[in-house]
Amino acid sequence: MYSILVLVGLSVLIFIIARILPGDPARLALGPFASQEMVARLRHRMGMDQPLYLQYVAYVGGIFHGDLGLSFQTRRSVSLDIAHYLPATFELVLVAIIWVLIIGVPFGVLAGRYKDSWLDNISRVVAFVGVAVPPFVVGLIGQLIFSYGLGILPTTGRLSLLTPMPPARTGLLILDSLIAGNFSAFGDALSHILLPSLAIAMTGIGQITRLTRGSVSDVLGKDYIEAARAFGIPNRYVTFKYMLKPSFIPPLTILGLTFASELGNAFLVEQVFSWPGMAKYGIQAILRKDFNAVMGVILIIGLAFVAVNFIVDVLAGYVDPRIRIQEES
Amino acid sequence: MTADESTFSSVGSEITVTRWASFKDQVGRSWYRFSRNPISLAGGSMVLLVIVLAILAPYVTPYPRHAGSFTDFLSAFQPPSQSHWFGTDEVGRDVFTRVIFGYRVSLMMAAVVLGISVPFGIFLGLVAGYFGGWIETIIMRVTDIFLALPPLVMALAICSAFTPTIEKAMLAVAAIWWTWHCRLINSITRSIKTEEFVQASQVIGSSHLRILFKDILPNCASAIMVKITLDAGFVILVGAGLSFLGLGVQPPKPGLGTMISYGSQHLPMKWWLTVFPSFAIFFLILGFNLLGDGLRDMLDVEAEGV
Amino acid sequence: MVDQYMLEIRDLYVYFRVYEGISRVLDGVSLDVCKGERVGLAGETGCGKTVTMKTVMGALRIPPAIIPKGEVILDGQNVLKMSAKQLLQMKGTKVSMIFQDPMNALNPVFAVGTQLFDVIRFSNRHTSNGGKLSKKEILNRAITALDEVRLPDIKRILNSYPLELSGGMRQRVLIAMALVNGPSFLIADEPQTALDVTIGAQILDLLSELVRTKGISVLLITHNLGVIQETTERVNIMYAGQVAETAPTALLFENPKHPYSQGLLASVPRLTGGEIAEGIRGMVPDYTAVPSGCRFHPRCDHALPICSQKKPPLLLVEPDHLVGCWLYAKEGDAE
Repeated sequence: MYSILVLVGLSVLIFIIARILPGDPARLALGPFASQEMVARLRHRMGMDQPLYLQYVAYVGGIFHGDLGLSFQTRRSVSLDIAHYLPATFELVLVAIIWVLIIGVPFGVLAGRYKDSWLDNISRVVAFVGVAVPPFVVGLIGQLIFSYGLGILPTTGRLSLLTPMPPARTGLLILDSLIAGNFSAFGDALSHILLPSLAIAMTGIGQITRLTRGSVSDVLGKDYIEAARAFGIPNRYVTFKYMLKPSFIPPLTILGLTFASELGNAFLVEQVFSWPGMAKYGIQAILRKDFNAVMGVILIIGLAFVAVNFIVDVLAGYVDPRIRIQEES
Repeated sequence: MTADESTFSSVGSEITVTRWASFKDQVGRSWYRFSRNPISLAGGSMVLLVIVLAILAPYVTPYPRHAGSFTDFLSAFQPPSQSHWFGTDEVGRDVFTRVIFGYRVSLMMAAVVLGISVPFGIFLGLVAGYFGGWIETIIMRVTDIFLALPPLVMALAICSAFTPTIEKAMLAVAAIWWTWHCRLINSITRSIKTEEFVQASQVIGSSHLRILFKDILPNCASAIMVKITLDAGFVILVGAGLSFLGLGVQPPKPGLGTMISYGSQHLPMKWWLTVFPSFAIFFLILGFNLLGDGLRDMLDVEAEGV
Repeated sequence: MVDQYMLEIRDLYVYFRVYEGISRVLDGVSLDVCKGERVGLAGETGCGKTVTMKTVMGALRIPPAIIPKGEVILDGQNVLKMSAKQLLQMKGTKVSMIFQDPMNALNPVFAVGTQLFDVIRFSNRHTSNGGKLSKKEILNRAITALDEVRLPDIKRILNSYPLELSGGMRQRVLIAMALVNGPSFLIADEPQTALDVTIGAQILDLLSELVRTKGISVLLITHNLGVIQETTERVNIMYAGQVAETAPTALLFENPKHPYSQGLLASVPRLTGGEIAEGIRGMVPDYTAVPSGCRFHPRCDHALPICSQKKPPLLLVEPDHLVGCWLYAKEGDAE
């Protein structure tokens, strides 16, 4: 309910921003040589001669029919465009999240457990570098080293030109190629996604490493850890059971924000790797003032954010009885 | 001078002395904590170095004229050498000079964005946290809307409404940045306002304004300081991203993100056009992050010893 | 005669490395707990009670802690020389403890039952037969333990999370956890302070009764003299990391010898008298710059010249009553 409010607010905000565009979308769509009359006709057809609030109502009404309007840029329905570009971005961000979880979390745990050790110092460096280096820089330097320099990874795109696309099932090439049993396509897709997903994940890896480290070292100082040890539970068991579970709560709760920052990074990284995803589509739309497409992309991102936070809340409730019990009462 | 007066003044000076001593002690402790941490010292030095270089840019750079729309096609695309440490770009400008001037733009961006958004965010956060009720609900729900999008995307969306310039980019980033400070201050205020010294102040009839700015705000000071330092890095990061996408600094102005964006078209042969500005951004943001982290350790009152 | 003592702390020094230099917290502490005895350790906040307790439990983190000198002998074994494995075997089965704040001593994200079962399960690995307990046996022991601390509705409690229980219930659960593996020695760190007064009193009554029936020796750490008077047989008064006085509880309350003990007792408001409680002037010293000699001398109204030069030994002033104060020294004691 509350997330719906956020979405409505977001759509109003973006609608206002988009509609005060100095450029006239109808004029942009028709080009500089169209007559004044043609522009006026198109404006009328697009409902742009109506008062702003009516335009908004019409737009929202369209959303419920899955209609996000027409893109001036591709001259197709924005919903179709997004459906076409979304899976590539989703795949990228999903793989990036996996990186964050398999690198950031274990690293943070070790750093927090062995505070001030060399491992902790390395984790500090990784965390700081991850947060400080812009994702497009990671991408470009990665290309320079692994693609141009060592020649072991491809520079751009989702698949090599010579690799046939696996039949689309999920839209995620890694999964589709596996479903089709096409392992060479799978390897190809994997090698294409490696650099861009890491470039997107860097920020998140840095944040989650830091946060997990802090939370582990916090938990280690708690009475209940000392108590478990005082009652004769072996150290290793205390670490793996009694320390880890409460330590995972803070990193889990910010996973929604990590996801959002990865979506933001996708806007930069898809550009670097010519990744045919929604973010790249969104950038083109923004640069060409393609109002309906900008609206559509932003709404989808807002929706994704809301959805991810919902999942995170459910997971957090599962791990942390405090949240669960609060909600029940 | 009567005896009473002299006693009084001596007591006064004693208090001053102890206050000064405890202040000195506090500074000493903070400095100890800060200086024991080589990483935060390094961060401080990095930021300081960049700021000094940026301020003195016209005097310390070898070719200050190259900061603008200078062209010298004969010396275009020179690899790094003694006369051009970071090489030259597609129209023959010295990359080192442009990087240092690019720092000016980045720092300016951080200063302007935070200068606008921080006071605004702090004020709204204080008001929301202190008064609560529907005022808080409205303010905080609005921040929620802003936070539902990644900062870069939100800034992109706002930027898209205007012809891209660095000023518009700054405004766009400032327009979203206040929300983070608003949230931070709101949560601190909410917890402080129930404390006794605030209630005491209310009881003796202090005005709301006085309580907000004299009692509550000073208690947010260290949190704000740490947040601003860390934010400077993030704002520069977002700014570089906008410039990289062509919505920030416009050529011939030397923006680090813009330079990387142009340089990347000449990869891999003219690698220096990408690598040096990239490293420059990284260096500055890293400096701010290390410094912010050091400040956080320093200003947090941590339990010591026993 | 060795067997007579449950715990012997001999001339224990514990220091910490901190910003200001070295914090000399424990300065030659000696105290005993005989088998079956309930001993109090009393003093102001920050006098080193918690550090003493952590040392006994082998829970001090070294570094920053340093133990330059001293012995802690628990049931015949020196805790300071134990291996990690020996320490682990000792915990829960030989010595256990009750924590000050029941709110923080239970893990918030695990059900009470899970935590109690683990305590039972692991202790068993180190018992003589070394066999594993069956699930049913673990459950039975858990139920017995919770029953002993008079918790109602045990099935529900086993399935509850700590935040679903009140403070008193949590402390009962913690007592059950501490006693379930049958320790012969218990350290209780202010077990009642974090609770409401009436609940705290109930907890203390329960604890006294349990240790008496089970014959457990107890070291009760508290700043609350009333609690000491009610629950212990002997008491050690601690000041700034030094033991000031040790005597049977009744004797000490009747006839305190050390100026600090006298001040401490005088500062407790009494219901019987009409007089206002006196305090002791000054504060507990900074451990990085402790006064030389007797650490109490800057606050002491009866200080002698020697007090600032030499630390007083524990002197026998009457049978079973030791005082660390130069006021009671006879000729030759200073050597």
